[in-house]
This record gives sequence, C-alpha cells and structure tokens, in this order.
Amino acid sequence: MAYRRPLLRTAYEQDAAILPTWFQRVAFFLLVFTFGLAALGAPFLSGIPSFFLGNTWINPITNMLPLGIAALGFMILVGVTGQVSIGHAFFMGVGAYVAVSLGGTGDGGWKACVPFHDEVGLLETAGQCGMGLPMWIWLPAAGIGATLMGILVSPAAVKVRGLYLAIATIGLIFIGLHLGRMLPEYAGDFESGRKWPKLQFKFWQEETPLVDMTSDGKWFGLIHLTEEQKQFFFLFTLLLIFGVITKNIVRSRTGRALQAIRDRDIAAEVMGVPEFKYKLIGFAISSFYAGIGGALFASYNGRVAPIQWSLFLSVDFIAILLIGGAGTIAGTMLGLIFVELTPEVVKKFTEWLGDQVGGGGLVGWFADVLLTQGPGDFGPISLTPAAPGWPMSVFLWNFVIFGVLIVVFMIFEPQGLYGIWVRIRNYWKGWPFSY
Amino acid sequence: MEDLLLLAQASASTTFIQTLIKALALGSVYIMMGLGFVIIFKGTQVLNFAASALSMAGAMFMSILIADGGIPFLPFDNPLAPGDGETAGIPLWLLTIAITMVLAALFGLVIERLAIRPMIGQPLFAMAVITLGVEIAIRPFNIDATALEGRSLGVPWGAESWSLGDALVPKSYVAAIIMALIAGAIVIVFYRSRFGVAMRAVAFDQEAAMAQGINVARVFQIAWALGVALAALAGIAYGMAPFPPGGSVSQEIHPVLAFRVLPVIVLGGLDSVLGVLFGGFAIALAEVFAGQYLSQYGSTLGPGYSTIVPYVVMLIVLVVRPFGLFGTPEIRRV
Repeated sequence: MAYRRPLLRTAYEQDAAILPTWFQRVAFFLLVFTFGLAALGAPFLSGIPSFFLGNTWINPITNMLPLGIAALGFMILVGVTGQVSIGHAFFMGVGAYVAVSLGGTGDGGWKACVPFHDEVGLLETAGQCGMGLPMWIWLPAAGIGATLMGILVSPAAVKVRGLYLAIATIGLIFIGLHLGRMLPEYAGDFESGRKWPKLQFKFWQEETPLVDMTSDGKWFGLIHLTEEQKQFFFLFTLLLIFGVITKNIVRSRTGRALQAIRDRDIAAEVMGVPEFKYKLIGFAISSFYAGIGGALFASYNGRVAPIQWSLFLSVDFIAILLIGGAGTIAGTMLGLIFVELTPEVVKKFTEWLGDQVGGGGLVGWFADVLLTQGPGDFGPISLTPAAPGWPMSVFLWNFVIFGVLIVVFMIFEPQGLYGIWVRIRNYWKGWPFSY
Repeated sequence: MEDLLLLAQASASTTFIQTLIKALALGSVYIMMGLGFVIIFKGTQVLNFAASALSMAGAMFMSILIADGGIPFLPFDNPLAPGDGETAGIPLWLLTIAITMVLAALFGLVIERLAIRPMIGQPLFAMAVITLGVEIAIRPFNIDATALEGRSLGVPWGAESWSLGDALVPKSYVAAIIMALIAGAIVIVFYRSRFGVAMRAVAFDQEAAMAQGINVARVFQIAWALGVALAALAGIAYGMAPFPPGGSVSQEIHPVLAFRVLPVIVLGGLDSVLGVLFGGFAIALAEVFAGQYLSQYGSTLGPGYSTIVPYVVMLIVLVVRPFGLFGTPEIRRV
C-alpha cells in the first residue's frame, strides 16, 4: 500500500463525496451518536459526569444549534463566496420577525400586521401582530422572508466590494435596530421584546400539538424525554440537515461558481460565471440560513429583545468563522462550539473557583487572587453580577476573553482550529515525510 | 427636553441658526473621529473598527485625570487636578486635553505593537477583524467604568451658551468646531510634510516603500498614535454638555460613536482627508436637519430616526459611487 497522501484523490467520486475518507465517515457517525446518546443520558455514558444531563449544559449546547445554522449560511457567504458581510444579524432578525408575525400570538389581529396603519402617535397602542399559524408555515416563511430581504439589498451589496461592503452591511445592522424600535407591533418592546411561537408541530391551530417540544413526556409513544432533550434533538436534526444541504451546495455547480467568484471575480466572469447572478445567489442562500437560524434562535429562547440583533451577534459569526477556519463546514462547527461554549466554561469555572476560596493549596490561593470577596480585596473578578466598578463581573470578562481570543487566533493561527487539525492530520498521514 | 421647548417657541430663522450650529458641531466631532480613521487607514491600510472603544477610553483617561484627580493605570494623584467641587479653568482644561491625547497616543502605540504589527502584510480583512477583537476586548472596561450614570469631563463652561439674537449657541458647540478646525489644519500640514509623503508611500506599496528606505514600522507607530489621539479628542468633544444632556462620558452614545462615523468616511472615501472634511459636515447636516425638520413625522419614522439618516445616505452613495466621493477606486486586474 502506498502511503496515504493527505488530499490524494484517485477518483472523481472521492472529490465530490460528502465524506470522502473512511476516517471522516467513522468520525462523523461516532460524533453524531455520541451527541445523541449523551443527550439521552445513556447508561454506559453516565460515567462521563452528567455532561448533558440536567439543565446545566444542555441549554447552552441547544442554544448553540440555531446559531450553527446561521453560521453555516455565513460560511457560504464569507467562506465560499468571499463576500465579507457584517450584516448577518440583520437577516437573522428579519427571519425572526417574520416567524413571530406569522406564528406568534398577537392581540392586534390582522390590522396590526400592516405597517403604518394608524395615524401619527398611535403605534404604541396598536397591539402586536401575530397570526398564530403553525410551525410548518412560519419556519420556511422565516427563511423566505430573509431571502427576499437579501435579494432586495444585494444590488447594492454586489456593486460594493471589500471593506466598503463590510461597512455598508454594518449600516444594515443599525437600520435593522432602528426598525426594531420603530415597529413594536412586530418586534415588541425595545427593551424586553415579545414572546416567540413555541417549538411544536401542529397541523393547524388545534389544542394538542402533533409533536410537542415544550413539555416532558413520551415522544411518538416510544421514549420518555424531557423538554430540553426534545428541543435538543429537534434542533440537532435540523442542524444536521442544513449541514448536508450546505455540503451539497458547496460541492455542486453552484458551489464551484461561488468559489470561482471568491478566488477572482473578474477571472470567474471571463470563464463564463456571471458575477452578479452568483453573488446574488450567495446572498440569498446565506440570508435563508440566517432567517431560519434567527427564527429558531428566538423561538428557542422564547423571548428576544430587538437589541439582540446587534453588531455583536454578527461579530460572533465572524469569530466563529475565523476561529474555526474559514470555508469548511467542519471548521465552522468547531468554531461554533468554541465561541459559544467558552463563555459557559468560563462561567462554570468561576463558580467552581468561588467554592475553592479559602480552601488552601494552590487552587485556593489562585481563587483568592482572582476573585474579590468584599471591599479592600483587589481580585479582578467580581462574583456579584451587576455591580459596576473595578472588580468586573464574569459577564464582562467573557467579552474581554472573546476579543482577546479573536486577536490571538488571527495573529497566531489564521487558519483556525481546522488549520490545527489539518496540520496534525498531515503530520500523521505524511509520516515519515514532512508533507 | 428644555432644548426642545425652546426650539418649539423659537422663530423659523432662529431654529435654522440653532440647527445649523448643532450640525456644524456634530460634523466637527465626526471630522475629528473620521480623521483618526483616515490617518490609520492611509498609513497602515487598517480600517480601525476599534475606534469607538479607543475614543471612549481616551475620554475616560480625561475623566480620570480631571474629575477623579488620578492618573490612568497608575496609583498616583494627578497634581494638576482641581480640588473637590471645583472645576478647572480653561487653560488647565486644555492642558489636560493635551496630556490625555499623549496618553491616548501611548495607548495606541501599545495596541499597535501587540495586535497590529504582527499582522503587517496580511489581507485587509484580517487586519480589520483584529481591530474588531480589540474593540470587544476594551469595551467592557469602558462600560464597567462608566457604570450607568456616565462620568464627568469637568468642562469649564458646563452647559452655558451664548445668545446670538434669539438663538442660543452652546459654548461647547463652538469649542468643538474650533477643535476640529485645529485638528484638520494639523493633519493637512502633516500630510504635506516629509513624513506624510512617507506615509502615503507606505500605503501605496509597503515593500516598495521599504526598499526606498522608509521605516515602515515607524509609519505604523505614528499613524496609530495620531489616529488614537484624534479619536480620544473626538470622544472628549462628544462628551461636552449639549451632546449628551448631562455632559459626560456616557454609556449611551460613546460606545457607538465610531460606527456613526463610518458613513462619513464612506461618503468621503476611506483614504481621503478632504473627503472626511466634506463628508463630516455633509452627514451631520443631513442628520441634524432631518432630525429637526422631519420631527412632525417622528412617530412614523420612529424615535431617534435621525441617527440612521447617515446610514441611509451611505447606502445610497455606495450604490452610486462604490468608493465614496473622493476615494481611490480599486484597480481590478484578472
């Protein structure tokens, strides 16, 4: 057997396969099964300390899944098409608002869903727009609504390139925030938001849903699951489906056209890839993902304020892409896990440190130095959440860590976590040669 | 609120004058901020998304120096600070601004050395993302330090204003305009100097500039020091009384200041000093006049609609001229 060269392809089918090597196939299915079984709390995995069990970890992990769908869309736009957009949160917001106007419960009736329906000064009293339609309508509609918005802005976005595009899409974010403040009948109160439709399948507006994801109980008469586990499985399945769709887009004719545009737009056009058409397709696809992701994110969280669809959500996606490794699905998922779970890990670690204070030994000393207990102690981390002033709360420290991580990754590992993996893989596969 | 009532009672021409002065003052703040952007972009090809956090940090330095009587990062008292309950005289206040700008410049040098210098020669977008990371890392400290009520900048004239006929002209607005004029003049002179030429050479082609004997690292340092100092100046000017009603470094307006200036530099073109001077006034005029003269449609347009006027202008300009009005078009080759 010849040495297994990394990236050596001996047949065209390998180049086009979803999972080209046996290792990737095995790893993928192992990963999916581990996640699934761990979420079920399978007995033979309970040795792994209640990682997914209870409410402590399953919530942040489930919360990450809708963002994963949106991140895949962002990957298609930035990683595959090469159009750097900072407006992804705006399209997520559009999707979420479409979802809530179609699926939410509103007291304003149909009239509230027509913007500017009242005379000056009555918007506050207009009631909220919500038609109470089931999920099989509002979820696709969220994607389609965001897609239409993406197509609407793309004539401008296609013309503008590079940093100017990034700045223009920042403009979208601020316009979106303003719309959220200006149209309370869709967005709800600017500070506290409104209730999003629940994650449940109904045929129409009947009382008992076909598939319920908002209470504990038996699923399909087969297996007893808690509410969190049901939501996890639903969103996890959706993420898997969107992952496969993404892979199929990337490896198809459309994906090759998008990559040609990323690599050199003029050259692509010379070769017969219409630039405008494919940039528009790139924007449309990414907005569709964003819309679905935004609707599911809001729906999972139950209540989302308009301020949520801000610049920082978009920066989250940039960080996911860069820390994970631009242009690959596996990298995007790695980045997603890293970016979304690091704050949770830091929070848990601080809580754990809080228990170690005064415990003696190296850990106790460390906890003493890091944490502030009462006045006169100058540890940088404060355990009381909202108190302003020098010892900062873990919440704020998480932002600092996030920013520093972006800088550190950009400087030391521009290829991201996926790049680290590729280096390790190539080392083992190429051994004893260096590449 | 009082401001609004006064405007409501005033005659049309008085309203116009007051709106014009406000627009010029806001434009001056935009210009100072925009000059910071352009200097950094021209010298280093970095779009400084961290400008908001840096500008707010600069204003915080000022607040620490003059209101707390301390020295940023150091456990000493500021010997120049006025005593408790007193406000500084104008010369002392101006001196403190100068000291603050020096501190901000040093801060900019530190940022440049740690985050930007390792990235020389990397793609534009990578550099821009680095600055986004810097923004996110510095911002929590600003937010934490300003708490909720904001921090005083010890402005000697507080919220006083001169009256010009019936119109009220806040002293802070005039001060902001003067600051911007001085900053603009200094930057223009700086660009004509030998060093400005070196800076433009580096922006044009780093390797070729290096081959001509230009110290590229020095150009990066100066650009960042100057850019951050200007951002701090803009932050201070924007903290004077009528901008935020109380006259303070405020959690409401300072953290997004630089993002409001993005339309200005897009309108003018990322690499054009004259473009900033033009764009700053144009955007501020559009914003303030829309805020004043469309206010009867306020409930349809939504509260605070004037703040998104710049972005709408920016999007329209970008569709018509993708490189701004004065920017250098990118030459596209296959």
